[in-house]
Amino acid sequence: MDLAVVVVIQILYAVASLALISIGLAIIFGMMGVINFAHGEFLMMGGYAFILSYNAGVNFWIAMLVVAPVTIAVIGVVVERLIIRHLYGRVIETVLATWGLSLFLIGLAATVLGYHQKGVNPPFGTIRIGAYQEGGYTFFVIFVTLALMAALYVGFKYTRWGLIARGTMQNAQMASGIGVNVDRVYATTFGIGAALSGLAGAILAPIAGVLPEIGVTYVVKAFITVIGGGAVALAGTGAASSLFGAVSQAVTFLSRPVVGEVALLVVAIVLLRLLPLGITGRYFRRGL
Amino acid sequence: MTVKRRSFIKTSAAGAAALAAGPYFWPKGASAADTVKGGAIYDLSGDLQLFGKNQWACAEMAIDEINAAGGVLGKKLEVKTYDSQSQMQAYNQYARQMVLRDKVAVVQGGLTSSSREVIRPILHKLKTLYFYNTNYEGGVCDRNFFATGATPGGYVDLLSGEAMKRWGKKVYIMAADYNYGQITAKWIQKAVKDAGGKVVGEEFFPLTVNQFGPTISKIQAAKPDFVMNVFVGPAHASFYGQWASAGMNKRIPMVSTTFGAAGEVVRMPPEIADGIMTCYSYYEDLDIPFNKKWLAEFRKRNGTDYGYLTDVPPKDWYGWIFWAKAVNEAGTTKREKVIEVLEGGLTVDGPGGPLTMDAKTHHCTMDMYIGQAKGGKFEIQKKVAQVPPTNTGNQCDLIARPDTNVMYEPKI
Repeated sequence: MDLAVVVVIQILYAVASLALISIGLAIIFGMMGVINFAHGEFLMMGGYAFILSYNAGVNFWIAMLVVAPVTIAVIGVVVERLIIRHLYGRVIETVLATWGLSLFLIGLAATVLGYHQKGVNPPFGTIRIGAYQEGGYTFFVIFVTLALMAALYVGFKYTRWGLIARGTMQNAQMASGIGVNVDRVYATTFGIGAALSGLAGAILAPIAGVLPEIGVTYVVKAFITVIGGGAVALAGTGAASSLFGAVSQAVTFLSRPVVGEVALLVVAIVLLRLLPLGITGRYFRRGL
Repeated sequence: MTVKRRSFIKTSAAGAAALAAGPYFWPKGASAADTVKGGAIYDLSGDLQLFGKNQWACAEMAIDEINAAGGVLGKKLEVKTYDSQSQMQAYNQYARQMVLRDKVAVVQGGLTSSSREVIRPILHKLKTLYFYNTNYEGGVCDRNFFATGATPGGYVDLLSGEAMKRWGKKVYIMAADYNYGQITAKWIQKAVKDAGGKVVGEEFFPLTVNQFGPTISKIQAAKPDFVMNVFVGPAHASFYGQWASAGMNKRIPMVSTTFGAAGEVVRMPPEIADGIMTCYSYYEDLDIPFNKKWLAEFRKRNGTDYGYLTDVPPKDWYGWIFWAKAVNEAGTTKREKVIEVLEGGLTVDGPGGPLTMDAKTHHCTMDMYIGQAKGGKFEIQKKVAQVPPTNTGNQCDLIARPDTNVMYEPKI
């Protein structure tokens, strides 16, 4: 019985962490059609922003939940103004440019920040479940991800800004015609995507560590999730991370980690064969 | 001036060659006669620079020491350094370049087993000595090849033996899912069984896995006396935070064959790192006079922002000193003569204690230490003097069979 509870918690955690690392990428891809290959490095920089400011004396929660996303949002807006905005509608060029950016950011982090920045110990104690012991931080990650998805839903669905953003993404020329500053909407949306990536990097930093190359370990799974989810950012990420996270974690429990990884890829391939536009290509098309 | 087609082709070809040579020109004025040339290849940029930079810092220190003491054969030792950029094809290209164009007398370097297996056959064929200075899965048996690193035949026994003595006989093994992890896990299985212990679980992780929740639950169910890991790379480093977050680091002791090699004790907070037990042939905290002087010199040259040195980087210091000593004793850089001297039981004293080259295997006998992470460094708790390189299960004998050129796996 206690094992069943542990398995369920682990599956929820796998789903949540997958959604967390993917949501920033999904917003940038889903809303703007931009494939950001430097996504992993946004996560990495979020982790650094968190541990550097925390070690410099900033309060733990402010460093994680405020400093990290704000810093990466600023970096994101700069990147959008300098690079991305010249390449809207040119997918291949964007991929190449952001890939170059990714290599540049890894090199920059390795040169400037190095490999020996002191990490942060995960807070909260442990929770006993029968014969098992689970980290309180696991529950925190699940909770934060749920709260984040809810906040995004409300933000895009019910605020004036969300309406303008959605309108611009649907038809930029029309939005421009009725007086929306399209440039600003694009920059802001990219900034929000970047901020979410930075926040995810900061939240995972205590349990994953921060290294210049750490982004590489996230980016593949984030891409599979976003492509599997399709163009509708929130619903797509939610659905795809639920499917992939649950399958890979359940299979890992039943057999071995390598089989879990394989299972995730098999499910992704079959899914894309049946639904080439991702889950939201057929379901939840009117979602967010 | 008229440009003839032939001379144009000649000059542009020469120009192209000069361009291709890039920054690797010999300094002007140094002719081949008054220097002895060596080649170094390290991962100075890319994913492995964390290791490569420290390796080269130690090698460079050795080369400067050699030259300060009069060089090799009374000449200056001049070493050309190549940055592999952590790319295997660069190893291939530069190994050939070092031998064919630079005409070096020895090549040293490489970190991963894959890089070693790219350049070892090339250097074997081109008859140029190769020193590989990393701890690795063991088993290479090749007369042209010398290894100063530790191999599992030595440290796995010591580490698992010490852990079983301290905590009990039930072991859970976690290892990276490739050559090094698989072979080392086999050694652990053997060492544990030989000592009357029991392996209660064994799991392998692809290098990309960074979620360890299910495994941590499985370990709790298996209730081992300690866990022994063979982790590799940044994704696996994520394990320690998750282990600590679940409070397991206070319940089940952790032993590792790799922890600390990438400066983990500096990077991870003590709440996560403390208590992890390792076995290496070098720690910064070794209390021996040679090390104190050596480390002071290293810090003077490199500052303090390099992490924490364990097994690997200082072995590149040993490697260069070994070769220079052998050449000076042989009175020539000729390969056969140098090999003969090295096989004559050559010993080099260094920061981790004396290393002696074993004639049969071309691996080294060395002192090993047990160190436990504590407060951002390692506490040295035990020394085992002069551990022989039994890494191939005594299958390798280059004195009896000098033509051997294979990589043995443990017979278990």
